[in-house]
Amino acid sequence: MTRQDNTGSEPTGAAAARKRPVSARAARRGTCSRGAGGAPALGPAEARGGGSMEDDAPVIYGLEFQARALTPQTAETDAIRFLVGTQSLKYDNQIHIIDFDDENNIINKNVLLHQVGEIWHISASPADKGVLATCYSKITDSRVLTCAAVWRMPEESEPGSHESPDEASSTAHALELLCDLDGAGAHGSVACVVWEPTGDGKRVVSLADNHLLLWDLQESSSRALLAGSAALEGKGQLRFTSGRWSPHHNCTQVATANDTAVRGWDTRSMSQIYCMENAHGQLVRDLDFNPNKQYYLASCGDDCKVKFWDTRNVTQPVAALEEHSHWVWNVRYNHSHDQLVLTGSSDSRVILSNMVSISSEPFGHLVDDEDLSDQEERRPEDKSQEPPQDGVIATYEEHEDSVYAVDWSSADPWLFASLSYDGRLVINRVPRALKYHILL
Amino acid sequence: MAAAAAGPGPGDSPEGPDAEAPERRRKAHGMLKLYYGLSEGEAAGRAPGSDPLDPTDLNGAHFDPEVYLDKLRRECPLAQLMDSETDMVRQIRALDSDMQTLVYENYNKFISATDTIRKMKNDFRKMEDEMDRLAANMAVITDFSARISATLQDRHERITKLAGVHALLRKLQFLFELPSRLTKCVELGAYGQAVRYQGRAQAVLQQYQHLPSFRAIQDDCQVITAHLAQQLRQRFREGGSGAPEQAECVELLLALGEPAEELCEEFLAHARGRLEAELRSLEAELGPSPPAPDVLEFTDRGGSGFVGGLCQVAAAYQELFAAQGPAGAEKLAAFARELGGCYFALVERRLAQEQGGSDNSLLVRALDRFHRRLRAPGALLAVAGLADAATEIVERVARERLGHHLQGLRAAFLGCLTDVRQALAAPRLAGKEGPGLAELLANVASSILSHIKASLAAVHLFTAKEVSFSNKPYFRGEFCSQGVREGLIVGFIRSLCQTAQSFCDSPGEKGGATPPALLLLLSRLCLDYETATISYILTLTDEQFLVQDQSPVTPVSTLCAEARETARRLLTHYVKVQGLVISQMLRKSVETRDWLSTLEPRNVRAVMKRVVEDTTAIDVQVGLLYEEGVRKAQSSDSSKRTFSVYSSSRQQGRYAPSYTPSAPMDTNLLSNIQKLFSERIDVFSPVEFNKVSVLTGIIKISLKTLLECVRLRTFGRFGLQQVQVDCHFLQLYLWRFVADEELVHLLLDEVVASAALRCPDPVPMEPSVVEVICERG
Repeated sequence: MTRQDNTGSEPTGAAAARKRPVSARAARRGTCSRGAGGAPALGPAEARGGGSMEDDAPVIYGLEFQARALTPQTAETDAIRFLVGTQSLKYDNQIHIIDFDDENNIINKNVLLHQVGEIWHISASPADKGVLATCYSKITDSRVLTCAAVWRMPEESEPGSHESPDEASSTAHALELLCDLDGAGAHGSVACVVWEPTGDGKRVVSLADNHLLLWDLQESSSRALLAGSAALEGKGQLRFTSGRWSPHHNCTQVATANDTAVRGWDTRSMSQIYCMENAHGQLVRDLDFNPNKQYYLASCGDDCKVKFWDTRNVTQPVAALEEHSHWVWNVRYNHSHDQLVLTGSSDSRVILSNMVSISSEPFGHLVDDEDLSDQEERRPEDKSQEPPQDGVIATYEEHEDSVYAVDWSSADPWLFASLSYDGRLVINRVPRALKYHILL
Repeated sequence: MAAAAAGPGPGDSPEGPDAEAPERRRKAHGMLKLYYGLSEGEAAGRAPGSDPLDPTDLNGAHFDPEVYLDKLRRECPLAQLMDSETDMVRQIRALDSDMQTLVYENYNKFISATDTIRKMKNDFRKMEDEMDRLAANMAVITDFSARISATLQDRHERITKLAGVHALLRKLQFLFELPSRLTKCVELGAYGQAVRYQGRAQAVLQQYQHLPSFRAIQDDCQVITAHLAQQLRQRFREGGSGAPEQAECVELLLALGEPAEELCEEFLAHARGRLEAELRSLEAELGPSPPAPDVLEFTDRGGSGFVGGLCQVAAAYQELFAAQGPAGAEKLAAFARELGGCYFALVERRLAQEQGGSDNSLLVRALDRFHRRLRAPGALLAVAGLADAATEIVERVARERLGHHLQGLRAAFLGCLTDVRQALAAPRLAGKEGPGLAELLANVASSILSHIKASLAAVHLFTAKEVSFSNKPYFRGEFCSQGVREGLIVGFIRSLCQTAQSFCDSPGEKGGATPPALLLLLSRLCLDYETATISYILTLTDEQFLVQDQSPVTPVSTLCAEARETARRLLTHYVKVQGLVISQMLRKSVETRDWLSTLEPRNVRAVMKRVVEDTTAIDVQVGLLYEEGVRKAQSSDSSKRTFSVYSSSRQQGRYAPSYTPSAPMDTNLLSNIQKLFSERIDVFSPVEFNKVSVLTGIIKISLKTLLECVRLRTFGRFGLQQVQVDCHFLQLYLWRFVADEELVHLLLDEVVASAALRCPDPVPMEPSVVEVICERG
């Protein structure tokens, strides 16, 4: 079962929309069992690890520049691949394509040049492996402007071309510009670009100052058409800091953060549908939708907290975590097991939390009929198991500087990467004991 | 020499036996001495020490004349011998005459004794004769007496019979007169007398009713009695008369043999009527609109009116209907229970009105009266459970009182907080920067303490010795331990902590809701509670309420831990709030400035001065309540230090153009190495209870914010230089506030380094120029 199958049979009704995330999750599970997590892979994994439950050491990769932007290559579901964008004002910036070889614990990298400016945000197309969008700043007339553009990676940088990693970095290829999103900067500096999560990679939203812009990419992404826009009105200088596109409700909802507020937008009417004023005590830094549970949204911010919301109740968060000792810059739900929540903070820590009580699997696996019929090979669940408690699973302290980006791999649900400002990329895995606890 | 001694004597002793003579005389002498009670030794008048066996001693028992003479002849000259001879002769003569006198005297005494005995013999003989005569006379008298009684016997019997007849006749007369007497009594209203007569005659009439004459009397009596009973009943029903008269009526009716069952019903019905009237009048006093008389008066009235009436009824009933047995008692108990229930309901309504009041002593006195009053019927009617119910009411009221006091304490605490808020807001206007913080703290603490003491004193009234219910088990045990100690005191301390903690997670979180000084003050208050106040209050409570109850109570340590946790959270929150205030300033200053096109720095930016000023103000504020704390040892040239990052050698390593694929690590290597050796900084870490720790926390938060904001901006050359100047300025002033100045250096280095990274054209300012600007500025 592949993603294309999913999108091809995409239902349109509201009732059917509820169904879709589940099957998407199932698809990812199928992938993960091929990769590392599933039962067939267990045998070799145990043999390699000597039967012990010890966790693999983190894999660390150093970039030579400061870096803030990290994304998994969303459309890639076989190889574990992350894209990292660098920040340098003096030299040509780069996009590092980090391939992680799970079998051998080896990192292979490809470097692409991104000459237009330092990269503040990067996002990969969910449909086309070769397409990505960046937000970059350039200095013109002693003015800093942050623009956004959609790029295509050169062919040889795509999967299967990393046989000679050493040469790849020295003979850096440049990205091929597909189109600018509001290249003139008419709407202000772009904070981030988000792709429609499960679509065909033709719709993106960009957040420019106080504007929410919806683009239609046409002619294989070479032309961007402004399909809709909404502006945030209010006193003072309002500016979006972050946004996420909900995978639910037929991908018609986008959530944005500005200052201390979190807002939801309907992409069909480009109007606000909900708003959590003062969602955090201070600036909201990031958002993420629960991939498996409608209405559930996580947010994080400068008050060191991570809050979980049901967007139907904007007055009170469902839960809150306060584990970090400085601003939380990033929050990410695991795509398959949404009880796993990853956060990165400027206290240089990455924390993996277990929010099982508000996840889609509050009592371990949710074995509904649909899942069973889809996945016959899944093991029957052991109901006698104690439901795990909410709380911190692990704190990762490999970073020396502020962590501005964390994300899960799109190929292996048990693997994630974190990126700190000093250019250190760390690839970690979910503790094995927990992994088996969730799977079995 | 015996001859020499005796020779010159009066010559009454022959020469011959003079060998034995002294021996015999000595014996006689000894016997005389014995007679006169003298011991031989004493009589001899021997000098102490002289040998009793000395044969030369004239007075000794073993005197040997030969030895004596021998000795004299041998030892003494002639003259002395002569002397001693005359002396001895003289002594012998004296002794002889003495003996003669004694013999004469004794002889005379003997003669007179003999005379007396002879006279007695004569007298006795005469007496014997008289006794014989007396015996003969007595025998004659006995004889006469027996004869007289025999003669009188007959008459005596007759008199007895006559007396019996007389009595019978009098009884008969009484019977015959009975109807008229009864009528008269009834007419006169002397019902008691009538009933007594009737009672006396009843049995006799019953016995002799087969005799026609008696039958007639009985019939008459019955008619009169029926009439009497009717009258009595009439009187009883009228009910106007008081309880004692009614009781009398009932007693008479009972004596007349009326059915007790019915009477007892009627009696109770009447009593109910009276008591219900009492209750109604009480209820009228409760009346909704007019302010009821004070509770003491109310319970007094209830006590004397209702409870007194109930007592009377119960006592009369038990007296009258004792014969009714358990069924009767049960009836009375049910009666008392029902009316008691009504009474209790009224009392409770009245007490409920009192709940809001503040005068505990009046309430306690009222409860005391109420309880005391009910002990009498309680004792009379143990089955009705009135005393228990009363105790229950008192307990309930006591519990409610405790709750009321807890509310009062909470309200007082909140009031204190409001006062503090106002006080904190006021001096700002007067331009004074919170000089009274310590004073305010003392005020709050003492005010709360005095409230607690007042509450304790008020509640203590419930357990006073003279109060009748204070020896109930509830007041001895549970009230003290669970009620006062746990419910009131521990409850209040807990609620104080909770209230204080609620300031930490106020939903606003912007810090605007709660003034930071209040957080600081509360934190210190909680800390003081932890160190001293809690144990003081609890000791005070335990002393006042000698807790005999063994039920588990919250230990002091648990409360202290809670208070400490609250204090810590409050202080941490204070740090966050103050840090946030400064952070916001710094953030705005970084975010709103156009760093690319800024001019060459001439001054320290005003916001930095503001930051230093605010930090100093916070330092003063915290210093008012918290101790200084410990710093790490300072290097000697703290303020003179320039940024190590910018010392030329470091700069090369860090910012030199080094982009070659072969040496990508160089750029970060040094900063990473530096970080390896410095500890990770926990920005929002918990603080300790001292000034330095608090200030360190605030400064850490502020500088970290500055760092993160700087990293989000792009700087021109002069922008970078401005940051350099600003950081140096902060460095100059902030180190003195923190525990470890290295921390400030590290963070500021980091800021400048980040600014340099965010600058496409990093040309740092000369350190000397930076210093000049800062010193000027």
